[in-house]
Amino acid sequence: MSDAAIRVDGIGKRYRVGQRESYRALRDVLSNAFRSNGRRKPKDFIWAVRDVSFEVKQGEVVGLIGRNGAGKSTLLKLLARITRPTVGRAELHGRIASLLEVGTGFHPELTGRENIFLSGAILGMSKAEIVRKFDEIVAFSEVERFIDTPLKHYSSGMGMRLAFAVAAHLEPEILLVDEVLSVGDASFQKKCLGKMQDVSRAGRTILFVSHQINQIRRLCQRAFWIDAGQIREHGSTATVANLYEANSRDVQASSDTGTNLGRAQFLRWEIEGANGDLANVLVRDREVRLKFIAKVAQPLRNIHHGVALYDQARRVLWGNGIDGVNLEPGIHELVCAIPSLPLQPGVYHWRVSLYDNGERIDDWDCSPPMFVSTEPRTHRQDEFAGILNVPSEFTIRCLPTEHVVMP
Amino acid sequence: MTAANTTNILTEPPVLRITPPQGWWEVDFHELWRFRELIYFFVWRDIKVRYKQTAIGAAWAILQPALTMLVFALFFGKLAHLPTEGLPILVFYYAGLLPWMYFSNSLTNATAAITQNQNIITKVYFPRLALPISAVLSGLLDFAIGLLLLIPLMAYYHIRPGISLLLFPAFLLLAVLLALGAGLWLSAMNAMYRDVRYVVPFLVQFWMFASPVAYASSIVPAKWRWLYGLNPMAGVIEGFRWSLTGRGDPPGRMIIVSVLMALVVLATGLIYFQKMESTVADVV
Repeated sequence: MSDAAIRVDGIGKRYRVGQRESYRALRDVLSNAFRSNGRRKPKDFIWAVRDVSFEVKQGEVVGLIGRNGAGKSTLLKLLARITRPTVGRAELHGRIASLLEVGTGFHPELTGRENIFLSGAILGMSKAEIVRKFDEIVAFSEVERFIDTPLKHYSSGMGMRLAFAVAAHLEPEILLVDEVLSVGDASFQKKCLGKMQDVSRAGRTILFVSHQINQIRRLCQRAFWIDAGQIREHGSTATVANLYEANSRDVQASSDTGTNLGRAQFLRWEIEGANGDLANVLVRDREVRLKFIAKVAQPLRNIHHGVALYDQARRVLWGNGIDGVNLEPGIHELVCAIPSLPLQPGVYHWRVSLYDNGERIDDWDCSPPMFVSTEPRTHRQDEFAGILNVPSEFTIRCLPTEHVVMP
Repeated sequence: MTAANTTNILTEPPVLRITPPQGWWEVDFHELWRFRELIYFFVWRDIKVRYKQTAIGAAWAILQPALTMLVFALFFGKLAHLPTEGLPILVFYYAGLLPWMYFSNSLTNATAAITQNQNIITKVYFPRLALPISAVLSGLLDFAIGLLLLIPLMAYYHIRPGISLLLFPAFLLLAVLLALGAGLWLSAMNAMYRDVRYVVPFLVQFWMFASPVAYASSIVPAKWRWLYGLNPMAGVIEGFRWSLTGRGDPPGRMIIVSVLMALVVLATGLIYFQKMESTVADVV
């Protein structure tokens, strides 16, 4: 037996246009049959997934990223056997559980206790297994007091906790997860991520769809970028996630030109030493030299040059400037060297400016934005990770009792 | 999917092969058997929810056939003087109404089985057959409760069931299989064409008058009675009355025709349902 847990070979799913949107009425089918006199309209088809092949090894955690409608969820549904492929085949070795929704099979009229059994059975647990894990599930859910209350009286948060408690106690060899972590509050997400990492540490194979690239970065070793129903890129998560992010920003960049007052204009920017296509991606935490290229039309005397760094929420993270700059007409390279930029992986924006005595010459929101894709060195839960990505070392030792000062 | 055999389940995980739909017969009874606990849970859910939603709960299972029995006895028996095969009017109608109500309720529940569970169907895999099967099985509790009233009713009229009672389970099985066969057709059609559920009440009513619920099949000339068995419910209802009360003649050739017909409905229902099954998650 090979060590592949999932092997997909040329799989494809075709929909008739309109088929996915809604069901039909028998009335329409009958009236169409009479009206068209046997002539059939040519059918339009779309391929939601087309000619996809890949292998996932046992114990591997693989992320699927892509735009809405790119086909990643359809691919997951094919592997979860919710829908059948039109062509191709796949082989899955091991017990499979799919988690496409939290609370699958919950019924509002039934109590929490009854719903644990129902949802557990629908997700693939045996009755004996649910009985065995019941107390653990209830404890994880933190809704002990309401366990015999009908679900319709639960708050949405309580229902969510109960639902995830059931899902977290599935023990499949292969787990297919779609976007479920995007619901719920921060502490709920934290619990989900923690539990998922436990699962992957236990050597289970996970296929994980998410829009939150940083979750994928955190959890997955490998990633597939799905675009127009096909695998566009695959490889290590860092590489694929960067390519994907760079691509999704390119679309915006072209419309984002700097203001031009005629005396000077910034043209482009790059990270010195970065290779061609990825001139805006920061991959290592060491000295960074930012090159801003400006075209100067008239001699500029004693002007101010500023550089600022913003995060996605447009908060200024850092800024500095120099005065007394003299520029002759021509193309200039303005370099700003920073010994280290210890930032969390993510998207950041540079802004560069030239001012003459308080009057703007050019002030440019640099595009494309900068992608930081360094190794995360922070807490694995996003809300504790902060902004900085600095190395740290923990030392814990026991002090002799005389050092302890009692209040 | 190949069923893993229990001895090597630890060394080698089960292998699942995913392929496009192939051929016209892919019904996997092994898999269905492995999912028997899920069927049990669906039945359990249906019953729990149904009894929680009606104020009088289980009493409804007796009231519904009992009240209908009274109306039938008054209009068809007392006023229209339809023959009752030598049975007391109340016993005659009640024994016929029990299987009929089981059948009609099962059809209604099975029709909605796929559409009402679409949120589950689009999120997790299990053999879709589990849904109409559990819809048909969950009606058996109501049926059993309704059957309880027949005991004092027969005792009152001093009717003692005979050896024919041994065949009662066979007729019950026939009723379940027929309800499943017709339920498969209707649930699959309702999943594809959502207006089917408006047709079902009419179909049920029509079917009732074509079945010997309000009258005895003896009103059909003996020469043609086997043909009447083409409506499998005719065989089921006459079989129920005969096996429970021991009165009248056993339904001979008619029941053979009914059994064959029920098997045809079940087999075609399975084929049609399975054809729908592979695409249902795309349309519901």
